[in-house]
Amino acid sequence: MTKRYLVRRAGQAIVVLVLIACINFLVLNLAPGDLVDVLAGESGVGDLAYLQALREQYGLDQPLYVQLVKYLLNLVQLNLGYSFRFNLPVRDLILMRLPATLLLMFTSLGIAFLGGVAFGVAAARAPRSIRDSVISTLAMLAYSTPLFWAGLMLIILFSVKIELLPSGGMQTINGPNDPYSVVVDIARHLVLPSLTLALFYMATYTRLMRASMLDTYSMDFVRTAKAKGLTPLGIAYRHVVPNSILPLISLFGVQLGSVLGGAVVVEVVFGWPGLGTLAFDALFQRDINLLMGILFLSSVLVIVVNFAIDLLYGWLDPRIEVEA
Amino acid sequence: MIARASFLERYYLSRTGVVGLIILMLVIVMAVFGPILYPVDPWEMVARPLQWPSLGSENPLGSDVLGRDVLSGLVNGARVSLIIGISATAAAVTIGVTIGALAGYFRGFIDDVLMRITEVFQTIPNFLFVIVLVAVFRPSVFTISTAIAVVSWPAVARLVRGQFLTLRQRAFVESCVVIGMSTPRIIFTQILPNCMAPVIVTSSIMIATAILIEAGLSFLGLGDPNVMSWGAMIGFGRQSLRTAWYLTLIPGVAIQLTVLSISFVGEALNDALNPRL
Amino acid sequence: MRPILEVRGLSIEAGSESRPIPIVQEVSFSVTAGSTLAIVGESGCGKSMTALSLMRILPEPGVRISAGEIRFDDEDLVTASEQRMQELRGNIISIIFQDPIASLNPIQTIGDQIIEVIRTHRSVSKREARSRAIELLRSVRLPDAERRINYYAHRLSGGMCQRVMIAMAMAGAPRVLIADEPTTALDTTVQAQVMALLRKAQTETGTAIILITHNLAAAAEAAENVAVMYAGRIIEHGPVRDIFLAPAHPYTKGLLGAIPDDADRDGDVAKLTEIPGNVPRPGTLPEGCAFEPRCKNSQARCRQERPDLFREGNRLVACFYPDSGTIAQ
Repeated sequence: MTKRYLVRRAGQAIVVLVLIACINFLVLNLAPGDLVDVLAGESGVGDLAYLQALREQYGLDQPLYVQLVKYLLNLVQLNLGYSFRFNLPVRDLILMRLPATLLLMFTSLGIAFLGGVAFGVAAARAPRSIRDSVISTLAMLAYSTPLFWAGLMLIILFSVKIELLPSGGMQTINGPNDPYSVVVDIARHLVLPSLTLALFYMATYTRLMRASMLDTYSMDFVRTAKAKGLTPLGIAYRHVVPNSILPLISLFGVQLGSVLGGAVVVEVVFGWPGLGTLAFDALFQRDINLLMGILFLSSVLVIVVNFAIDLLYGWLDPRIEVEA
Repeated sequence: MIARASFLERYYLSRTGVVGLIILMLVIVMAVFGPILYPVDPWEMVARPLQWPSLGSENPLGSDVLGRDVLSGLVNGARVSLIIGISATAAAVTIGVTIGALAGYFRGFIDDVLMRITEVFQTIPNFLFVIVLVAVFRPSVFTISTAIAVVSWPAVARLVRGQFLTLRQRAFVESCVVIGMSTPRIIFTQILPNCMAPVIVTSSIMIATAILIEAGLSFLGLGDPNVMSWGAMIGFGRQSLRTAWYLTLIPGVAIQLTVLSISFVGEALNDALNPRL
Repeated sequence: MRPILEVRGLSIEAGSESRPIPIVQEVSFSVTAGSTLAIVGESGCGKSMTALSLMRILPEPGVRISAGEIRFDDEDLVTASEQRMQELRGNIISIIFQDPIASLNPIQTIGDQIIEVIRTHRSVSKREARSRAIELLRSVRLPDAERRINYYAHRLSGGMCQRVMIAMAMAGAPRVLIADEPTTALDTTVQAQVMALLRKAQTETGTAIILITHNLAAAAEAAENVAVMYAGRIIEHGPVRDIFLAPAHPYTKGLLGAIPDDADRDGDVAKLTEIPGNVPRPGTLPEGCAFEPRCKNSQARCRQERPDLFREGNRLVACFYPDSGTIAQ
């Protein structure tokens, strides 16, 4: 990993971000009403003088390209605007809700990855067996299940019929305050939402791991491993699995955007207080600016994580020598 | 003739593919003929609210919190899902193939620009972007389909570009260039037909994804307010989750079966179009 | 001298159990300690499958041993347990393959792979195994072994990877080493080096070598005995000098005649003999002799009856009308 590579990637990332910001700007302008109407959230915030001041701030009386530049400059200073509905700067709102979403997302992805690898290995080690067919069919089924529906069905099962887990929220109101109880409480609330979100992605990882392993099993070096006298278990875990896992790691980065979207729906179903429920509220209060802020920051997150995954992949695979 | 017969043969080798096709046919029949054979208005209050399904009665699948017939919702929802699924995919494929072909054929600067644009659309989280677009431009079957197409085309573009990059250098294309065949003709008659197999397979997966996205949108309340879709039914049924959970179960199973059957068909198509020797 | 490994009537088939496709039929041969047997033939004649079957590493599912014995000491490897085979593989019987770079795990260092085979069969500490690995790399003349032991396969050339494979194969001082087309994927200069290494390993440890190859010259140089295979069967079998100087089977003669060689000069123009036709695909063999459609000696009997291996002087030939002139009964 050389500096030149890092600089090049950073440059590409910036270009992409600028383009995304431009698209944001475009959407804001295409919305019915002028920009300030949109920014004021169509709330009928009646103070004309205030609206006029906003118009000046965003340069609406000036040509479009000037507006764009001002918008971009604002973004660079991490000024994502103000939410009139919530009475807070957009940036602060997002940062408040971000940890909950990150907790949900990374727990789900962790479950999905580990489960997917486990099931994929189990299926690939006995191809075309009953075990394989069952796993593959269940994976297909999970893949076809709408996330919000899966969440609702899990609520019915675990909160209504068997009253084992809470049906919503992140914490029990008025519960005990000591750190241990809080952690356990959050964990209990985390179970159903993270399982729901994990379901779809576990199916994807299972299918990918299975395909990747079947591919690896046909390679010459696996034959060598067998010819060295290794047991099937040894061959699977020392040679096949490590070589098969690499595609899953790159998939991780690609999927992040999709997971964010899934998180929105899951958070709404479970009332999980993260970016998803924030976006949902913003939606119905027609706080377009807040929505755009969430969208932009999510894109930033995707780019950052993708970059990290690329670095990780390069470190893990000795064949990749990033251009010096 | 021989080639086509063996494609069908290969398709029928996949049991899941056959099952998927049957289920899909049933869904299509239900979408096309259902509302005609069962002309109950899904929005109309026709029964006492929150009646459980009982097959012999007037409302075989029960009624929802406003007394609307569930079976009617089911039957009409099929139309919505399929229409949005297919039109979104058709649009996405058109855009994606165009961009991918141009990028892969001309390479160089055009490729760089088009790929940056593709990257932008791939980076923005899909579902969030669809939500924003539909919210900003007001929900309707048209805006929903367009929004889904806008986030789906990059995958097709990448695929087609990859194919074009490889095929462009093959001898049979070079020879067409040498004999002076016009560029559009080369693209349409020589390279494009050879790309179709993976595009077809990807399209089937896209239809499935589009249906899932639409369901999510209507669940959140962003569906077309003039049509009853399965996602919306689940959304309406949420308030009665504890007691009338059939309102959640039935449309959900419908979505699951439809998407599953399309996925099975997609897989079988993939095996049939790319026989592994 | 008693053979270490004796194969009797080995048959391998592919396809489903109800509709099997024979790949190798009734193959018999043996090797004694310190000697080399070459199995030669064109692509598709079944020689590689025969080699893989000796260690029971045939590609599964789909390809299996259907008949015969592989006698090693007093055991029949065809019926031995999988556990017993694991004990033998990489330890008492080893194999090296055609594409050495692809035959190594790309994300493990070559050192770790040699250490793995050592520690699979012997309980030694990692440090001991590592120094043994360096020793092995030195014995195959890999330059700068101490540093290269930490390399990954993609950083080494084909020739160097093949040395690593030989080092790995010899780690357990095996009694039989199978070399499946060891030089085919390598440059000609490197080929000679690899063959020399095999010879060195043999003289140092008394290992018997079974050399699978389509390179007749290499076979002639390296082996004492040769078995020529065609369409899944051995059609000529015996001491290498005799067979190559005076081939009896028309196919062997054709193979040798296809080597550019001044000794074949016919007047001023050197002719390469060509065997017309193609090797029959498995499952499409004719009744009678499989070579008959392409054979210039063919007679009616060849179409009706398949010749077994007959003793003809100091060799075995599967032909009714071999080129030596005598007609089998």
